[in-house]
Amino acid sequence: MYSEKVMDHFMNPRNVGELENANGIGEVGNAKCGDIMRIYIDVEDSIIKDIKFKTFGCGAAIATSSMVTEMVKGKTIDEALKVTNKAVAEALGGLPPVKMHCSNLAADALHKAIENYKQNMQKNTQN
Amino acid sequence: MRKVYLDHSATTPVRPEVVEVMNQYLTNNFGNASSVHSFGREARKGLETAREQIANLIKAQPEEIFFTSGGTEADNMAIIGTAFANQKKGKHIITTQIEHHAVLETCHHLEKLGFEVTYLPVDKNALVSVEKVKEAIRDDTILISMMHANNEVGTIQPVKEVGALAKEKGIVFHVDAVQSFGKLPIDVNEMNIDLLSASSHKIYGPKGIGCLFLRKGTKVEPLMFGGAQERKRRPGTENVPAIVGFGLAAELAGKEMAQENERLTKLRDKLIQGILEKIPHVQLNGHPTQRLANNVNVSFHYVEGESLLLMLDMKGIAASSGSACTSGSLDPSHVLLAMGISHEIAHGSLRMTLGKVNTEEDIDYCLEVLPDIVAKLRSMSPLYNSGKIEN
Ligand SMILES: Cc1ncc(COP(=O)(O)O)c(C=O)c1O
Ligand code: FES
Repeated sequence: MYSEKVMDHFMNPRNVGELENANGIGEVGNAKCGDIMRIYIDVEDSIIKDIKFKTFGCGAAIATSSMVTEMVKGKTIDEALKVTNKAVAEALGGLPPVKMHCSNLAADALHKAIENYKQNMQKNTQN
Repeated sequence: MRKVYLDHSATTPVRPEVVEVMNQYLTNNFGNASSVHSFGREARKGLETAREQIANLIKAQPEEIFFTSGGTEADNMAIIGTAFANQKKGKHIITTQIEHHAVLETCHHLEKLGFEVTYLPVDKNALVSVEKVKEAIRDDTILISMMHANNEVGTIQPVKEVGALAKEKGIVFHVDAVQSFGKLPIDVNEMNIDLLSASSHKIYGPKGIGCLFLRKGTKVEPLMFGGAQERKRRPGTENVPAIVGFGLAAELAGKEMAQENERLTKLRDKLIQGILEKIPHVQLNGHPTQRLANNVNVSFHYVEGESLLLMLDMKGIAASSGSACTSGSLDPSHVLLAMGISHEIAHGSLRMTLGKVNTEEDIDYCLEVLPDIVAKLRSMSPLYNSGKIEN
């Protein structure tokens, strides 16, 4: 039911784990089936130097998490903000219709992490 | 790679003896069982032999067995047929929250038609309480429908006690025995069962064939209309090859039941013990002892079932899960939820159902690969170590 690319990212996920010195963290829960995805980013000079994820979810959820981290690593946060759920699903060679909602997690978690990074920066300049 | 099929509650392979007899009825004895000529008579003979074989297994009379397209149709026939035949007496039906969808959806449909249905809760082991059944009975209760053994967690229900209660109150008693037929001893008289659903593909027979036991004198309206087959209760040219296969599968299941149950119980307990010993944060779902000899259902905390199934599949192991992510509806298993299990724990459920082909080496192999798979998924899980799920 999953494409080869999905299975590859599922079996050999890229960038799994946590970042101890992350300056942005985003977590989203999947309202549909109750799964959770967390993304950690380390941003320097507006560039995502490092990114890691942790996901509690199905094969599609894990594969999209892996894919989104690969797509934005080394990119600027503005570029990363342009990555859509659809783009992630397409990069994986498509997802079965019932699994499209899982791909929403990945981009949403990434965007939340970037938001969180921006908030952290604001706090820092205020202090 | 080693292939280990651990999904026998979903379906089973057709056993060679059954293939052989079916083949005979697909080719040489292909006649229509309603025809007068020798071809028809041969087919009729096979059909009636199968009816006897099935009746014998549950201590019924052959004329009380009606062939259907499977367990789902038998459940529909029993529940809707009883409801329609008794609606002048009352419109209340009692069933449980852990039934198969073939029963639950049928009851939901009847609710739309003006019937009232009580869905009894279960305890943490998925057991229905006889007391609760008693309390639910009303003057207008016309049917009690309860499964014998649960398809997800394998818990065996107190069918005999509920049967006695139904008889005392004069209420029709239907048992969905799809998971227990050929696996547990059934005596429809001793258990006071009026209607019983069975299916062939769970006992090494072909798919798309099953039957309803209908006690003589029990009123059931037919759902289909046509020819005089199955004494007009289930018209349509009989699927003789499948029926003959089902009959033989039932007879063989009966002969091998005691021995096979003993063998499977040992394998089941070895698998359960092994999992509980080797993997932390895991729980057994379902009754510890009052369960089908072939059913293992566990929840690994902090992991999701579909990922688990995919990884097991890569290792050649076929199993199933009650995770929301594996169900088309994205709802977790209604059985696990009814047992009071949280969404997260239901997410990490894994059902492994053993069968004839499984050996001790299969169990060893499973116990070898499972811990690594669970550990790998936990290392990816944001819930692990975060203390969000408690034991
Ligand atoms: C308890 C129970 N009832 C009914 C059914 C439906 O049987 P069938 O697949 O023959 O329609 C099943 C099959 O999964 C079952 O496990
Ligand atoms: S995360 Fe639940 S279906 Fe994908």
